[in-house]
Amino acid sequence: MSDTTTDPKSPHPIDRVVIRFAGDSGDGMQLAGDRFTTTSALLGNDLATFPDFPAEIRAPAGTLAGVSAFQVHISDHDISTPGDSPNVLVAMNPAALRANIDSLPGGATVIVNVDAFEERNLAKAGYEADPLGDGSLSAYTVYEVPMTSITTEVSKDAGVKPRDAERSKNFFALGLISWLYTRPIEATIGWIGEKYAGKPLVMEANLRAFKAGYHFGETAELFESSYEVKPAVLAPGEYVNITGNTATAWGLIAASTRSGLPLFLGTYPITPASDILHELSKHKQFGVRTFQAEDEISGIGAALGAAFGGALGVTTTSGPGIDLKSETMGLAISLELPLLIIDIQRGGPSTGLPTKTEQADLLHAMYGRHGEAPLPIVAAKTPSHCFEATMEAVRLAVKFRTPVMLLSDGYLANGTEPWRLPDLDDLPAIDPSFATETNHTDSDGQEVFWPYIRDEETLARPWAPPGVPGLEHRIGGLEKADGSGNVAYDGPNHERMTRLRAAKIAGIARDIPPTEVDDEDGAEVLVIGWGSTYGAIAAGVQRVRARGHRVAQAHLVHLNPFPADLGAVLGRYKRVLVPEVNLGQLSRLLRAEYLVDTVSFTQVQGIPFRAAAMEAAIIHQIEGMTDIATDTPGDLLAVVPGGAPTTPTRPSGNANGAVGGSGTGKATATGEPNRTGDGHARPTANPTPPTGKVSE
Amino acid sequence: MTDLAHAEEAGVPVPLTTRKDWSSDQEVRWCPGCGDYSILSAVQMLMPDLGVRRESTVFLSGIGCAARFPYYMNTYGMHSIHGRAPAIATGLATTRPDLDVWVVTGDGDSLSIGGNHLIHALRRNVNITILLFNNQIYGLTKGQYSPTSEVAKVTKSTPFGSLEQPFNPLSLALGAEATFVARTHDMDRKHMIETFRRAHAHGGASFVEIYQNCNVFNDGAFEEITGKEHRSDMLIPLVHGEPIRFGAEAEHGVVLHRDGSVEVVEVADVGEPALLVHDEHRDNPGLAFQLSRLSRGPYEPTPIGVFRDVERPEYGAGMSRQIEESKAKRGPGDLHALLRSGSSWTVD
Ligand code: SF4
Repeated sequence: MSDTTTDPKSPHPIDRVVIRFAGDSGDGMQLAGDRFTTTSALLGNDLATFPDFPAEIRAPAGTLAGVSAFQVHISDHDISTPGDSPNVLVAMNPAALRANIDSLPGGATVIVNVDAFEERNLAKAGYEADPLGDGSLSAYTVYEVPMTSITTEVSKDAGVKPRDAERSKNFFALGLISWLYTRPIEATIGWIGEKYAGKPLVMEANLRAFKAGYHFGETAELFESSYEVKPAVLAPGEYVNITGNTATAWGLIAASTRSGLPLFLGTYPITPASDILHELSKHKQFGVRTFQAEDEISGIGAALGAAFGGALGVTTTSGPGIDLKSETMGLAISLELPLLIIDIQRGGPSTGLPTKTEQADLLHAMYGRHGEAPLPIVAAKTPSHCFEATMEAVRLAVKFRTPVMLLSDGYLANGTEPWRLPDLDDLPAIDPSFATETNHTDSDGQEVFWPYIRDEETLARPWAPPGVPGLEHRIGGLEKADGSGNVAYDGPNHERMTRLRAAKIAGIARDIPPTEVDDEDGAEVLVIGWGSTYGAIAAGVQRVRARGHRVAQAHLVHLNPFPADLGAVLGRYKRVLVPEVNLGQLSRLLRAEYLVDTVSFTQVQGIPFRAAAMEAAIIHQIEGMTDIATDTPGDLLAVVPGGAPTTPTRPSGNANGAVGGSGTGKATATGEPNRTGDGHARPTANPTPPTGKVSE
Repeated sequence: MTDLAHAEEAGVPVPLTTRKDWSSDQEVRWCPGCGDYSILSAVQMLMPDLGVRRESTVFLSGIGCAARFPYYMNTYGMHSIHGRAPAIATGLATTRPDLDVWVVTGDGDSLSIGGNHLIHALRRNVNITILLFNNQIYGLTKGQYSPTSEVAKVTKSTPFGSLEQPFNPLSLALGAEATFVARTHDMDRKHMIETFRRAHAHGGASFVEIYQNCNVFNDGAFEEITGKEHRSDMLIPLVHGEPIRFGAEAEHGVVLHRDGSVEVVEVADVGEPALLVHDEHRDNPGLAFQLSRLSRGPYEPTPIGVFRDVERPEYGAGMSRQIEESKAKRGPGDLHALLRSGSSWTVD
């Protein structure tokens, strides 16, 4: 990025760039970012995006609370994250600058809409002095572009009111960045024409602003050069750029098509899950029924009713909705009917951070119901993987006649990446195999249907939707007699049914692939994650390997049950690092299940991990294998108590229930229980108190 | 649902059945003398008459004494969770328009914990038949006051009397935009059967309140109006198109005042032409609402029968229509095309 070229006409080649468009919620930054992304995708770059917007639809204009940003990372090679920090920040006003400047590395480029840097806006953003004039930005290359005034000027004679014309300034910014990174403009021009066909004045203003931005870059001689990011070498195939939520919706339609089960979505609007409802409601030609319920409970209730009737019943929500749906999940577990519950996780507890990502619902998914109520859990790892994960969740639900929870999160939901379209013939088969005949001879010699006679291999019961004569049966939330399904209160039967339900879910381990480990011979550290941390972990692992170290990586898609070989896999490594955007939930499960001395690395800031933080955490573990590092307070690496322990120590957190400890972006070493005579574990080491932030 | 052996689609005539065919092999376990028994027999006696198939009939319930109902019907059925049956029924009825879906509920189940689901199922006009057993008490949890219990009711949880204004279930249903609203009681099998028949025939959501005696925790709650010796003077049968009259000699009647209120009068005082003529099909539910509040409780003359029966598009049918329209317009779903509905590009 920082190199210059002598010939301003030929673009300077770079291998990747991270651009962050930031402005007011009403400035259309998401749109500008999205268009830039689409153009880059069509150009063949690999990419990853990270939309980051406030919970308020329109926070007061010009304030920090109202800043909405869209970060896009484009590259000529395979990448897995939206980038740790932007190389280029487009700031439409002082608040956007102020909210983002700290995330920029020195030497980064800042392009500001200088028209917005007037007194009132500066004050609203909390600037006492104009940062453009006080030298505070001297570490960056700053370009001051009068975006508002040029945008209004070019539309002057188009019949657009100046106030309306001004609203096109996002297209000016898009045009300028399109020039700077040599993006073709035809696709966006065509898109504007289509999108605003019904509003000719808006279309005209947007077109003029977009072209003006592009030409400004070319003619203003402000920029030394434009840049070019060549297409990435991706596997041959047909690609689309897709968000996690769209991939999830399409996965549902694909599962419906493959299984022949009509799709029914019962849901209640909630951020960040609603886009799945929006997407599905567009595709009724697939026989999709979408039901916007009166509440979360009704959403899952209706989905369960549809499942009872032989449909593919699905409910979508986020954490707060999961709280409310737990009751019906319990019923579905008792009824042993296929049902899909999709949780697009967000920051909690309570309303928490509605628009920010977190993966803190794992233990809720695992244990958040009364009674012994196990259900399978599947987690998507990248935006496009949501498609496959959704189909897998449906496959398990149908095959094992059970509710399944699919975990995604805000980052996957809204983030995008190129997705190589699958061959439809390769999609998994999903066979509902409804019951069609009686399955039992009763004591009077009569052929009857018993709803709780199980398949010997899967322990699944028959799925017998109404409509078939002779299979009439009643089921409910009361405990059922093994086999007949009649109400039964006796203890031994309850124990048998409880164990059968647990065994059925545990047995799914035989039906899922073994743990996929990206290993290098001689690696002693395994980094294992789940969900949306995949990109950051992969990037961290890559960096560590580039530094000449060995490290293995595994990523869990199935979280309940775990793959059958997981215990053996974990046992192969001297150290197991578990990065999570929560306080150590998977780490806790692995410890409980396998008695393995995991090291939890956690962060809960509403954003994905940064690759640099991941790299540092891994390196620390690797170095800890051979020598004990001296920790520097305030450093990410500092928070491992007493350095990397060679003698495993019991985490003090076990005394109060916290595994990963608190604080931000910190790694906490946890150790093997130090058993004492009374069978209770005692803490033997004090963890260093939380210090500092993630260092970048 | 093409995989299912559909007798109906195959043109097999509906088999003739008797009450016994509709009774399951499960022992009925309500308290001896409970009003639920007579409601169950009324339903079981009606079913052979409806010309419907057992395999296409589903009874759904929530939690409460009434909620055991599905176990006793030899049909498909689900005993679900407290208050949620209308929600579950919504999913079932909209995906399976071929089924007859009945919801059996109680005053605690659908007016307290499940109030939200009830009103929205009514508003949407989901094709279900809701039988609300109103006994004005919590029976299964052993005798706490319910949302229909009268003010000052002394129960286990209100030793000094309840402080709450009760719901009037019919007023609530009418306010929730219900298209079919009726009331009957457990002491009159014939009236129950006729009311259930009408409710079943209605397209969309039907709501029937059944005064039901809980002889263990609230015995005689409706005795003053449903007892044989009181009925003629205390129950006002609503008959569509007829002046509203009651009494052994039809000597009482109901008039509508200019201010929109209704009142019980002596026919001899006002003359027959002054009586209100019942009209179930009035689009405006205002008059039905007035009738639902004619009596302040089961100690005053109380109307029974069908209060309202109007046509409005049924929710599931609307969903199906949109699907058909989409298929007609865009052709049946094509997964290959869907995945390429945005911009796609090819890497060689
Ligand atoms: S408690 Fe009351 S309502 Fe329940 S079964 Fe007994 S008598 Fe009937």
